[in-house]
Amino acid sequence: MALSEATSVAMRANPAKTAVLFGIKLPMWKLYLTVIGIAVALVVPFIVEGFTVFQLTQALVYAIAVLGLNLLTGFNGQFSLGHSAFYALGAYTAAIMVERYEVAFYWTILPAGIICFIGGFLFGLPALRLEGLFLALATFALAVATPQLLRYEHFEGFTGGVQGIDLFKPDSPIEFLGGDQWLYFVVLLCAALLVVGAWNLTRGRTGRAMMAIRDNPLAARTMGINTSLYKSVTFGVSGFYTGIAGALGAAVAEFVAPDSFTFFLSVWLLVGMVIGGLGSIPAAIVGGLFILYVPNISEALIGQVFGDDPSAKALIGVAFGCFLIFAVYVMPNGLAGFVRWFVARYSRPGV
Amino acid sequence: MKNLHVAIAAAAATMWAGAAIAGNAPGVTDTEIKIGNTNPYSGPASSYGTIGKSIGACWNWVNDTGGINGRKIKWISLDDGYSPPKTKEQIRKLVEREKVAFTFQTLGTPTNSAVHRYMNKKKVPHLFVATGATKWGQPKKFPWTMGWQPNYQTVGAIFGNYILQNYPQGKVAVMYQNDDYGKDYVIGMKRAMGAKYDAQVVKQETYEVTDPTIDSQIVALAGSGADVFVNISIPKFAAQAIKKMHAIGWKPAHILNDVAASINSTYKPAGLDKAKGIISVDFYKDPNDPEWKDDPETKAWRAWMDKYYPGGDKSNKFNAYGYAVCHTMIAVLKNAGNDLSRENIMKQAASLKEVHLPMLLPGMYADTSPTDFYPLEQMQMTRFDGERSVRFGPLISAETE
Repeated sequence: MALSEATSVAMRANPAKTAVLFGIKLPMWKLYLTVIGIAVALVVPFIVEGFTVFQLTQALVYAIAVLGLNLLTGFNGQFSLGHSAFYALGAYTAAIMVERYEVAFYWTILPAGIICFIGGFLFGLPALRLEGLFLALATFALAVATPQLLRYEHFEGFTGGVQGIDLFKPDSPIEFLGGDQWLYFVVLLCAALLVVGAWNLTRGRTGRAMMAIRDNPLAARTMGINTSLYKSVTFGVSGFYTGIAGALGAAVAEFVAPDSFTFFLSVWLLVGMVIGGLGSIPAAIVGGLFILYVPNISEALIGQVFGDDPSAKALIGVAFGCFLIFAVYVMPNGLAGFVRWFVARYSRPGV
Repeated sequence: MKNLHVAIAAAAATMWAGAAIAGNAPGVTDTEIKIGNTNPYSGPASSYGTIGKSIGACWNWVNDTGGINGRKIKWISLDDGYSPPKTKEQIRKLVEREKVAFTFQTLGTPTNSAVHRYMNKKKVPHLFVATGATKWGQPKKFPWTMGWQPNYQTVGAIFGNYILQNYPQGKVAVMYQNDDYGKDYVIGMKRAMGAKYDAQVVKQETYEVTDPTIDSQIVALAGSGADVFVNISIPKFAAQAIKKMHAIGWKPAHILNDVAASINSTYKPAGLDKAKGIISVDFYKDPNDPEWKDDPETKAWRAWMDKYYPGGDKSNKFNAYGYAVCHTMIAVLKNAGNDLSRENIMKQAASLKEVHLPMLLPGMYADTSPTDFYPLEQMQMTRFDGERSVRFGPLISAETE
């Protein structure tokens, strides 16, 4: 039993401070946080109103996309400004399958991910020759081109052109769950599976290879890692995650249109990733919440301070910018880095 | 016994629900009406944001002068950054958390599309949306949604009628942007011209919004020998067309869509002398136009801008637009009196009878009926004289079915 072996090894190494959850070895404080997090996530939709459940669902969707981007950037060191394209591809795959071919929504999530995996892998191949800023530029082109392609007249039969596609979110099959609550749990389940998947991926051989490529590509190749394959596959996996987020996002918004997936979406995902923390999986959730709530908080703050003055609306962006700068200054390594620092500072052995 | 209790509870619930339907909409009290709105205060379309701000300033003025039937307006205008998923979130917040009575002037075609069905499912009035698309006037399919400005098909029909009357033998060339916006104009022209459209139009060209230039389209259209040119394009391409036409010496009667009929964004970049003679349409007063310098409505508008929206730009037409559309809403709420149920607000919006609105062109009015969800359907032709667009001829109306 590899699992119990790992447990016993862990116990021996530091008996009071580690535990195992879903085959993942965790320090105790992380275990507590995870259990509390899961409990809160399960209970919250029964406490808050439908609109908040809807918002949290959207935040979870963003969190999945941020996680996808983080696998690429945080763990593999490749930059992408083009993840709005994968998000769009996933969303349109789901919307077209549901509306044009009447497939049940649940059966569109995995195909959306797989199509984005293929898209990501294929894009990753030529992108191998590009490093750092040049790769960012190539993916930027992808983000800019996608809304235009979605509008293109010869695809209109599929994509609905500028008008986009309406789709209904799935009805709740369980009587005591409302439509919003049901969708929340569907998204939560997907998010949980993807988080566990990412955790296992990054803790194993593949993850070490990914990080070795990030830290020193030359050394990684010398060690016998097939860098081009790993980089392409990472691009594919990152696309897979983002594509699934896109499909779920289409169901949450119940609408897809080219204007939903502009370059700005890529920037938002990037912001979410950096605020959460590069190379940290739970940070994706923080990133998702940040993307959704901080613009709203900025808006509410400006509303509180300036009341009905119509000109004050222009300051929303300024308030958001201040939040962003503050976050980056206080937590230069994202929230994940901050938590790590905090734990290291206050839980030294023997204290 | 248990069944009896259930029956009584059910009856009570039904009565309560019945009372709720007959009563006022959520967000309405004896002293306040809550109105929701989304506008792009940030993002790529943020230049439209001033519409939301000017409407907010208009409600401040309404509240300072006693409100409507004794009720003050609480205007909750949220930023959606012109992103449809964000619009959905903000609209749900307005309807479900803020509990607004209805929404008004939510801006943008893709953004409103994202909430079109939601609003109709929730039966919340989705009034006077700020977009020129034609799909907002479908009272049978979407009884809770209504547009405001003359829609693109209406303008296309006005162009068609103008050609029939002034160039009955003319050879017509048409260029349009290859999307719903461009196609809507062509649909309107075809409706007005009928079989004459195919007979008179000698050449059609389209462009994609992503094209770098439209020079080849202009050369092809000029080669057709047309003497009337209908130009349905956004300012960037309209300016290119004007320049290219001048360069190759093609001088047809140039009819340009209202979207691009702007001195600042089209005629100046192309060259004012080259743009001379361009024919277009307009429906509200341009505050820059010296014709309105001493006009009482424009003076009142300027005084209002100074007092309630001092940060706003008095040369920006959108601020006049916001003022005019706000008065439409005021008229609807005044007519609704003390019955502020959602049903009655929608009913009043659909029974405006020749309501005059300040800052619209003289003689223009808003008019709706339960089968006509297009409030403004009149426009006046304008001709650019090298300095400003001079209106000519009567107001033209074109009903959209």
